[in-house]
Amino acid sequence: MNFLFFEGISQNPNSYLILAIIIFCAGIFTVLTRKNIIGILLGIELMLNAGALNFIAFSFFRHESADYSGHVFAIFVIVLAAAEAVVALAILLAVYQQRRSVSTDDISDLKG
Amino acid sequence: MDQMANYIWIIPAAPLLGFMINAGVSFFYGADAPAGLKKLSALLSPAVILVSFFIGLGIFLEMLGHGESERAVSQNLYTWIKAGTLEANATLYLDQLSIVFVLIITGVGFLIHLYSTGYMDHDRSMIRYFAYLNLFTFAMLILVMADNILLLFVGWEGVGLCSYLLIGFWFAVPKYASAGMKAFIVNRIGDFGFIIGFFMLFWGVFHYSGTTNIAFDSLKSVVGSLPGWYLTTISLLFFFGATGKSAQIPLYVWLPDAMAGPTPVSALIHAATMVTAGVYMIARMSFIFIATPFTLTVISIVAALTAFVAATIAITQNDIKKVLAYSTVSQLGYMFLAIGSGAFTAGVFHVMTHAFFKALLFLGAGSVILSAHHEQNILLMGGLRKKIPVTFITFFIGTLAIAGIPGLSGFFSKDEILWKVYSTPNEFFPELPLFLWLTGLITAGITSFYMFRLLFLTFFGKFRGDDEEAYEEVHESPLTMTIPLMILAVLSAVSGYIGLPESLGGQNLIHKWLAPVLALKEEPVVNHEMESHLMNLSILVSFAGAFMAYVLYILKPATPGVIAKTFAPIYKLLYGKYFVDEIYEAVIVAPLLKIRLMLNTFDHKIIDAFVNLTAVVTKAISRLHGIFDRVFVDGAVNNVATFTQYQAGIMRNLQNGSMNRYLYYIVGSFIMIYVFIRIL
Amino acid sequence: MDNHILSAITFFPLIGAVLILLMPSKSFKLMRWTSVVFTGIPLLLSVRLYQLFSPASTGMNQAELYQFVEKYPWISTFHINYYLGVDGLSVTMVILSALISFIGVFASFNIQKAVKGYFALYLLLATAMTGVFLSLDFFLFYVFWEVMLLPMYFLIGIWGGPRREYAAIKFFLYTLFGSVFMLLVMLVFYFSANTFSLVELSSIMISKDYPGYLNVSVIRNAAWILLFIGFAIKIPVFPFHTWLPDAHVEAPTAISVILAGVLLKMGTYGILRISYPLLPEETMKYAPYALGFLGVVNIVYGAFVAMAQNDLKKLIAYSSISHMGYVMLGMASLNVEGMNGAIFQMFNHGIITSMLFILVGVIYDRAHHRDIHALGGLIQQMPRYASFTAFAFFAGLGLPGLSGFISEALVFLGAFKVYSILTIIAASGIILTAAYLLWAYMRVFFGKLHEQHREFPDINAIEVISILPVAILILLLGVYPAPYLNVVEPTMQKMVSIFSDSSGLAFNLINQMSHYLFRG
Repeated sequence: MNFLFFEGISQNPNSYLILAIIIFCAGIFTVLTRKNIIGILLGIELMLNAGALNFIAFSFFRHESADYSGHVFAIFVIVLAAAEAVVALAILLAVYQQRRSVSTDDISDLKG
Repeated sequence: MDQMANYIWIIPAAPLLGFMINAGVSFFYGADAPAGLKKLSALLSPAVILVSFFIGLGIFLEMLGHGESERAVSQNLYTWIKAGTLEANATLYLDQLSIVFVLIITGVGFLIHLYSTGYMDHDRSMIRYFAYLNLFTFAMLILVMADNILLLFVGWEGVGLCSYLLIGFWFAVPKYASAGMKAFIVNRIGDFGFIIGFFMLFWGVFHYSGTTNIAFDSLKSVVGSLPGWYLTTISLLFFFGATGKSAQIPLYVWLPDAMAGPTPVSALIHAATMVTAGVYMIARMSFIFIATPFTLTVISIVAALTAFVAATIAITQNDIKKVLAYSTVSQLGYMFLAIGSGAFTAGVFHVMTHAFFKALLFLGAGSVILSAHHEQNILLMGGLRKKIPVTFITFFIGTLAIAGIPGLSGFFSKDEILWKVYSTPNEFFPELPLFLWLTGLITAGITSFYMFRLLFLTFFGKFRGDDEEAYEEVHESPLTMTIPLMILAVLSAVSGYIGLPESLGGQNLIHKWLAPVLALKEEPVVNHEMESHLMNLSILVSFAGAFMAYVLYILKPATPGVIAKTFAPIYKLLYGKYFVDEIYEAVIVAPLLKIRLMLNTFDHKIIDAFVNLTAVVTKAISRLHGIFDRVFVDGAVNNVATFTQYQAGIMRNLQNGSMNRYLYYIVGSFIMIYVFIRIL
Repeated sequence: MDNHILSAITFFPLIGAVLILLMPSKSFKLMRWTSVVFTGIPLLLSVRLYQLFSPASTGMNQAELYQFVEKYPWISTFHINYYLGVDGLSVTMVILSALISFIGVFASFNIQKAVKGYFALYLLLATAMTGVFLSLDFFLFYVFWEVMLLPMYFLIGIWGGPRREYAAIKFFLYTLFGSVFMLLVMLVFYFSANTFSLVELSSIMISKDYPGYLNVSVIRNAAWILLFIGFAIKIPVFPFHTWLPDAHVEAPTAISVILAGVLLKMGTYGILRISYPLLPEETMKYAPYALGFLGVVNIVYGAFVAMAQNDLKKLIAYSSISHMGYVMLGMASLNVEGMNGAIFQMFNHGIITSMLFILVGVIYDRAHHRDIHALGGLIQQMPRYASFTAFAFFAGLGLPGLSGFISEALVFLGAFKVYSILTIIAASGIILTAAYLLWAYMRVFFGKLHEQHREFPDINAIEVISILPVAILILLLGVYPAPYLNVVEPTMQKMVSIFSDSSGLAFNLINQMSHYLFRG
C-alpha cells in the first residue's frame, strides 16, 4: 500500500478528526433544523460518513498494516447507509402518496 | 341313530327362512309388492310350514320304532350363553311331548297358512302378514323344542312379539293397535313371574346340588334336593308366567281383545300357538309341579274359576269372534284343571283336540265373516246355512266337538279331564275335587249352550240384517279356505279316538305315549263303573245345554230378551265381562299412570329445581363477591390506575409527535449523558 | 402398526381434526368424508385389535397381563407416564367408542352450521373418549376425561336446540363438579403411593399394604364415596341425573348418540377401572347401597319418568337412565354372571340407544319436533323407518334373540343371587319398559296419519348406513353372544376374585329368601 503514503500527508490523525467533527456537526445541524424529511435523511447521511471517516483515520494511523478492520467498518457503514436510505425513501414515498407532504409538521402520528 | 334326527334344525329353520324372505320382500316393496311376488309368498309361506311338518312327521315315525326310553332326540347347535356358572346351549330337543306339539303347530299351522292365502288375498300387506305368521310358527317351534328354560324363554317372548305384531296388524285403527300392545304387556307381566322363577330355580339348584346345567333333562334329577317351600315358590312363579300366555285369571284379559287381528291369526293364537305355551311349559316342567301339591291346588282353583267365568261371559257376547275367544279362555281352564289334578297327559290331550276344533271354529268364523262382508255381530246374521253349506257343516262339527257331544274329539278329552279331576284326591281340601268336578260339569253345560246359541243365531232362522241384498250376495269361500275347514272337521271328529278311555274299551294311546316323559301322580284307583256314570252325566249336561239353546233361539226367539230384562243386573255383569278390564284400569293402570306423573313432577319440580336452586344460590353468592370486588379490591386497583393516569397526563405532553422535537431530545440526551459521565 | 395400535386408535381422529382445520371452510363434503375416514380407520384398527387380543390373559393388578401396552415417561418429575393398555374390559369399550364415533359421523351429515368447527370438535371428542378407555395412568385418564368435556360443551352449546346454552352449561358444571372430586382422590393416591399408575396402585391396594394417608380407613371410605359421586354424575345415577335429559334434548343427533352411546359408559367404566381394583374393601361395603339400591332406583324411577314424557328424545333419555341402572345392579352383584351382564349391558345400551337416537333424529329432521302427541300413523308413510324403529324398541325392551335380553338376563341372574328382593323390584322394569316403549310406538306409528306428515320421505340411504351396522350387531350378539362374552369373561373372573376372599357381601340366597318370604 505504499502508493498511499505520499509526501505532505500529516503523521497524526488530528486533521482528519477535525474534518469529521465538522461534517458530523453539519449533519446534526441539518437533522435538527430541517422540516423536510429528505433533508433530515441527508443530515443522517452526513453523520454516517463522518463516522466512517473517523474509522478510516484511526485505522490508518495505527501502523499495523495487517489490520483492516476499520476499513471494513467503513464499508459496512456505506452499505448500511445505502440500505437505510432505500428503506427510508420507500417509507417516505408511501407517506408522500398518502399525505402529499414530506414535512415533519404533518407527520405527528406518534403523538401520545 | 336316526336319519331324521340330524335334520331337527330344519323344523324351526324352514319357517325362519320363510320369515326372512317375506320380511325382506315386504321391506323392499312395502305394501306395493308386485302381484307375482304376492303369489310367490302365498306359495312359499305354507310350503315352509309343510316342510317342517314332514320332518316332524318323519321323526315321529322313527320314534314309534324305538322303545319308550329311547325316543328322545336332540341336536346341539352351539353354545348360546356362557357366563360364569350359567351355560345355556342352543339345543333342540324332541321327545314324546314336544313332538306332539310340533305336529300340532306345524299341522294346524299349515292349514291356517293355507286358509290365509285365501283370506288375505286382497289385503295390501299380505306379504308382511305371512312374514309375521312364519315368525310366529318359528317362535312357537323354538318354544316347544328348547332344551333348556332360557331357550324356551326365547320362544316364549317371541310368540308374545308375534302376537303383538299380528293383533295390531291393522294398525290404522287405534283400538286394534292398543289391543296388540295390551297383549304384549300383559304377557310381559307373566314373563316377569317366569323369569324370577327361573332365577330362583337356577340358584336353588346351584345352591343345593351344585349343578349349573339348566337343561330340563338334568333339572329333572336334581329338583328333588330343593326344600319344599322353595320349590313351591318357583312353581307358583312359573304358573304365574303361564297365566299370561295361556290366558288364565288374572291375566286372561288380553286374549278376548286379541281378536282384533285377522281371523286366521286368532285361529293361530287360540289353537296352534301361544295359548298352549303355558300348558306346554308346565307339562315340560311337570317334575317340579308334581312335587308341589300346594301349587297344583292353586292351579286347580284358578283354572276352575277361569273356565266358569269365561264360559258365563261367553253366553252374552254377540260378536262371533268374542264368543269364541271367551270359549278359548274357558277351554284353557279345562287344560289347567287337568294340570292341577296332576293329569298332564289329559291336559295335553285336550290341547290337541282343542287345537283342531278351535282352529276349525275360528276359521269357520272367518269364512262367515268374509261371506257376510265383514259383519261380526251374530244378531245381524241368521239363516246362513243355505248360503254357505260347507262352512256351516264344518262349523257344526266343530260345535259338536267343543260342546262335548259323544263320539267327537272334545267329548273324550273333556271327559278324561273331568274324570281325573274327580278321582284325584286333594291333600289340602278333601272336598275340593268334587267342587272342581262340579264346576267343570256346569261349565260343560254352559259351553254347550253358548256354542249352540252361536250356531243357531248364525246359521238358522231368518236373516236379521238390515240389508236383504247383502244376504243375497253371501257366497261360499274359495277352496283354499274350505279345504282346511274340511280337514280340520275330520280331525275334530276323529282325533278323540287316540285317547279313547279304557272304560270304553280303548287304549288311551296318547296317555301311553306321553306318560314316560311326564311326571305323573300315581294312578288313582281304577273304577270304571264310576267313570261310566260320570260320563253319562256329562253327556246329559251337554245335551241339556244344546237343548236349551234350541228352545231359546229356535223355538221361542223372544225369550232371551225377556230373560235378559228379568235378570238385568246379572246380564249387565256378564255382558260387561265382570268389568275386569275396568277394575284393572282403576286399580292397577290408573295408579301407575299417576305415579309416573308424580315422579315426573318430582323430577322437574324437586330434583331439577334443587339443581337450579344451587345454580341460583351460587349466582347470588358470586354477585356478593362481585360487589366486594368492585368496592374494595377493585377500588384499590383503580386508585393506582387513576394516579398513574394523572402522571401520564403530564408526561404525554412531551410526546407531541413532532419528529424534530424527538431529534432534539435525542441529541439533548446524548449531550446530557456525556456531561453526566464526564462529571462522574 | 401393531405395536402402537392403541395410540393409533386414539390419535387418528385428532389427525383428522387438524386436517379439517386446514381445509377451506366451505368444502362441507370433503370435511364430512374426512371425518368418515378418520373415524373409520380407528374402527378398522379396533376390529384388528379385537382379532389380536387374546382373551385368556388379562390385567387388573398385574401389569404383564395387559396387552398392547405402551408406556413412555411423560412428566417424569411427578412419575406421570403415557401408559396405555387393554384388558377384556377396555377392549370392548374401545370397539364401542370407535363404532359409535363412526356412525355418529353419518348422523352429522345434515349439520349446516359452522361445519368445520363441528367436525374438528367431534374428532377431538372421539380421541378423548378412546383415550379414557385406554389409559392405565390415573393422570392420563384424568386428562382425557377433562379433554372430553370441552368439545362436548361446545358441541351442545353451539349446535344444539333452542335451550342449548342452558343445557351445555348444566352439563359442563355437573361433570366438572364430579371431576373435581376425582382430582382430589387422584391426588390423595399420588401423595400416598407416589405413583399414578393404576396397575401399581391396584396391586398395592389389593395387597392391603396401605401406604401414606390411605392407611386411614376414613380417607379410603371418603375416597370411594368421592370417586363414586364423580362417576355417578356421568352414569348418571338418580339424584344426579337431571343434566342428561336436558343435554339430550338440546344436543344435535350425533352428539346425543355419543353422549348416550359412550359417555355414560365412562361412569361405570371408571368405577370398574378405578374404584373396584383400587378400593376393593370399600367397594364391597358400599356396592349394595350405592350401586345395587341406587341402580334399582334408576331402573324403576327412570322407567316411570320415561313413561310420562311427551318428547320422544326425552323419553329415550330417561330410558337411558333406566338402562344404566341395569349396569349398576349387575356391577353391584360382584359375581361373574352379574358383572358379565353389566359389561355386556354397557355395550348393548351403547349400540341400542345410539340406534334409537339416530331414529329420533330422523323424525326430527322431517317434522322439526318430537312431540309424541303430534305424531301418528307414520307407519303408513314411512314403513321402513317404522320397521327399524320397531326393531330398536324391541331391542330396548329386551326381547330375547336381540342382544339386550342376554345382558339383562345375566344382570338379573347375577344380582338375584345376592339381592333377591331388589332384583324382583328391578325386574318389574321389564314390564314398565315394554309399556312406555310400546305406548310411544303406538302413538307415533299407529292411528291416523296427520295431513302435514303426508310428504315425509322414508328413511334415506345415509340414515340406513348409520344404523345398519348397529342393527346387525344387535341381532348377531343376541343370537350368538359368545364373541363378546368370551372376551370379557376372564377379566371379570379376575376382578371378582379380588372380592372373593372376603364374603362380607355374599348373603346366602336361601336364608335371605326364607327370611323375607316366610318370617319377615
